[in-house]
Amino acid sequence: MTARVALVLVSHSVELARGVAELAEQMAPDVLIRGVGGRPDGGLGTSLDAVQKALEEVLTTLADNTPGDSPGGGADGSGVVVLGDLGSSVLTVEAVLELDESLTERVVLARAPFVEGAVAAAVTAHGGADLGTVLESAASSIRMFAAIEATQAPEAGEATSGGEPEGSRTVTVRNPLGLHARPAALVSRKVAELGATVTIDGVDASSVLQLMALGATQGRELRVEATGERAAEAVATVVEMIDGGFGEV
Amino acid sequence: MKQEGLKDMALDADWAERWVRRTAEVIADAKGELTELDRQIGDGDHGENLDRGFKAVVARLDDVAAEPAPPGERTVGDVLKLVATTLMSTVGGAAGPLYGTAYLRAAKVSGRPQIDPPAVVAVLEAALEGVASRGKATVGEKTMVDAWHAAVEAGEAAAGDGGSEVDVLRAAAEAADTAATGTIPLIATKGRASYLGERSAGHEDPGARSTALVLGAALAAALSGPTPADPRSAA
Repeated sequence: MTARVALVLVSHSVELARGVAELAEQMAPDVLIRGVGGRPDGGLGTSLDAVQKALEEVLTTLADNTPGDSPGGGADGSGVVVLGDLGSSVLTVEAVLELDESLTERVVLARAPFVEGAVAAAVTAHGGADLGTVLESAASSIRMFAAIEATQAPEAGEATSGGEPEGSRTVTVRNPLGLHARPAALVSRKVAELGATVTIDGVDASSVLQLMALGATQGRELRVEATGERAAEAVATVVEMIDGGFGEV
Repeated sequence: MKQEGLKDMALDADWAERWVRRTAEVIADAKGELTELDRQIGDGDHGENLDRGFKAVVARLDDVAAEPAPPGERTVGDVLKLVATTLMSTVGGAAGPLYGTAYLRAAKVSGRPQIDPPAVVAVLEAALEGVASRGKATVGEKTMVDAWHAAVEAGEAAAGDGGSEVDVLRAAAEAADTAATGTIPLIATKGRASYLGERSAGHEDPGARSTALVLGAALAAALSGPTPADPRSAA
């Protein structure tokens, strides 16, 4: 665990919360992710106690992992992003934050779709992003559907990309499952690390959700384009990753 | 216009405890009715959820009663805060954080051994504000806010007329009851019932009804006074 931002996923169902946590963990192994849900008696619902306990544990682990004597929150950009699935889980998280105001500088509630927001936040946190950036990543996942529709609309591709790309190459997907969750996470994490603006078939390559939504499987030809300082290098790196088949060929 | 010789009507921490214990009783009695109301326009768990929550509250009160605080040290707010955290941990559905926040905000304005009529109004206002802000609802949306809002207005009027604690609670409880009935023709625009749109009209809102029960219990607790059956007064 090296990421400075952790995730707590709150659902009415403990199985749903843990399932989404498992999915996000696979795509962002450096991030501490905890799924919490259900009533104390095991039924569907959310419990203040359970959410408080999960937050406490995650904050403690985060503080233990943070170098120096940082309390694990606030100024150093570390903290916890919380996602809730529906009504009462969101209300319960809000109530937890109201009960202990000292939490509010280290714990933030994201307004985001549960699965997409968790995955996007986890992948962003994996790259070492700070609390605000991870929160924004979760929140922007709600715009993913519109973004994908825009790129898939006829003749829309060019209109959405800003300016002429400084690097552009095509590459054929080689592994059978293509850009499924794990490879999409690898590519988006690499792109975030490179710092250039990269698109793959017109979608933002730093967005794991948009990459997955391409549905690119074996044999598909993808256009990789980039702008920015290290555009050519970024294109070459991404092409190499895709061409390498992500260890699945 | 406080009347002499009615010391047992003082709204202290023991009253708050009687209020909460009585609430648990009336919610248990009305469990079927609340669930039936919720089955018509919600997800049918309001009665079950509140009953589970208040039973847990009573269990916590029993634990606390085993080691009572020195007389006069326990505040009304102490009792209400225990209700708040317990409901939020055990109810499960949206009623948990909604009622929980109502009791929590009420606890914040009642951190003293005894409350007078203006303080009773402040408690009601804080509860209303808690429910409205947590649920992001306003009056007329066929929610528990309708009952809390009516209770605050009536309580304020009673206190403004120089009414006693009991007068304020009676006005609030009666207004909440009327407002709950008044939700029947409304079309829900917040909460689960809003999914039904116009089909929500013709049914009473279960949250408004349970609010009326809670406030009715507050009045009953003030009228009954301590009884020998009360574990605290027996101590």
